[in-house]
Amino acid sequence: MQNQTLRSWSKVHKWSSLVCTVFMLLLCLTGLPLIFHHEIGEWLGTEVEALPMPKDTPRVSLDKVLAVAMAQHPDRVVQYVSQPEDSQDLWFVTLTPTPDPTDDYRSVVVDARTGEVLAQPRFDQGFMWVMFKLHVDLFAGLAGKLFLGLMGLLLLVAIVSGAVLYGPFMRKLEFGTVRSARRPHLKWLDLHNLLGIVTLVWFFVVGGTGMINTWADLIIKYWQNDQLSALLAPYKGQPMVPVAERGSVQRSLDAALQQAPGTTLSFIAFPGTAYSSPHHNAFFMRGNEPFTSRLLQPVLVDAKTTEVTAAPSLPWYLTALLVSQPLHFGDYGGRAMQILWALLDIASIIVLGSGLYLWLRKERQTGRNPVTKGDALKVGGLTS
Amino acid sequence: MSRVHHLGVLAVWGWPFVLGVLTIIGLVSALFSDAGWGDLLASICLGLPIAVGVWFGWLRQSSGPKA
Repeated sequence: MQNQTLRSWSKVHKWSSLVCTVFMLLLCLTGLPLIFHHEIGEWLGTEVEALPMPKDTPRVSLDKVLAVAMAQHPDRVVQYVSQPEDSQDLWFVTLTPTPDPTDDYRSVVVDARTGEVLAQPRFDQGFMWVMFKLHVDLFAGLAGKLFLGLMGLLLLVAIVSGAVLYGPFMRKLEFGTVRSARRPHLKWLDLHNLLGIVTLVWFFVVGGTGMINTWADLIIKYWQNDQLSALLAPYKGQPMVPVAERGSVQRSLDAALQQAPGTTLSFIAFPGTAYSSPHHNAFFMRGNEPFTSRLLQPVLVDAKTTEVTAAPSLPWYLTALLVSQPLHFGDYGGRAMQILWALLDIASIIVLGSGLYLWLRKERQTGRNPVTKGDALKVGGLTS
Repeated sequence: MSRVHHLGVLAVWGWPFVLGVLTIIGLVSALFSDAGWGDLLASICLGLPIAVGVWFGWLRQSSGPKA
């Protein structure tokens, strides 16, 4: 590679990294506890579990479950109802002041067999909530998400340019060389390159899927405009179905299950919420195979008549979003994968930290001795 | 350092390529498995890059660098 080209790539690597590194360090640090959020929840005692009962214990109607939850918060409306992936014995009911997206929500966990309130966990406070918000949107809503998405894009640029520089840098060094006997900056430079190259694909995938996840809100909005608006044409001009006029949600669930056989309910979005229409309960059904369980089949059920309006197939962009989620969370390969995810995350922290250290050191040096400024690449060992 | 001859493409990119492919296999295999062989394969494939990083980065240092 020509020196001029090399210098350009070096500049790309330097500036893309410089802008995003502090945020990426924040994301790697806050992401670490999030990998183990279930375990931490169990440890803190905030995880809700259903008491074991015989398998054929009858279940109460979903309408009863909703009534029980709403009685806890009469001033709120139900936005979402979900069941955890590993237990159909629990219902999680999310209540908010209005159907609009908000951080002001209450959760009521109801036992699916007894209809009793098991817990009212607060997901919107405490250590894990702060970690989650810092990781997802910096407490700044959609703007924060999109900003972090942009930082993610810069990370991808930094990773690609880093990989481009790796080749010429390693022309004279055997793979895995760490020149520890010499000055510490050489050791950290070599560690930066070594850890950077062995975690390259993982960091790229986690960075890329994280970036895609920052667009989730926009992708859902687009889906509503793109696909749902055509299906909702007959409802044009009608107001949101008032709570008093809504039919049985249990009957709607039965209709949805009949429409999509071989699936299990993931969650229900109520009328007027971000994942539904003003006139429907949207049932999101997941498949029962390892891969199809990551995907969702939406079934729109008329909130008034409880009849199925449509079961549109998932467009490619929603499929991409849903598949990108496990690839970002690392929650799909058991405990071993969680631990590996944490180790890879720590390796990424070392790559980011050493990169920052090397830049700070170089800045200090060039500040002291401006003549070497043009030789920035030499300091990095990139030109001979 | 300038006495050392330039390494070929395979010497430079052999390891990174193998580890990259392993990572992809690991990431994808667990997507299609349910706590079975796929998860085990994923653990091995994702564990190797870490093992290589730790080995060259820290454990091997005592034997001295070659360059």
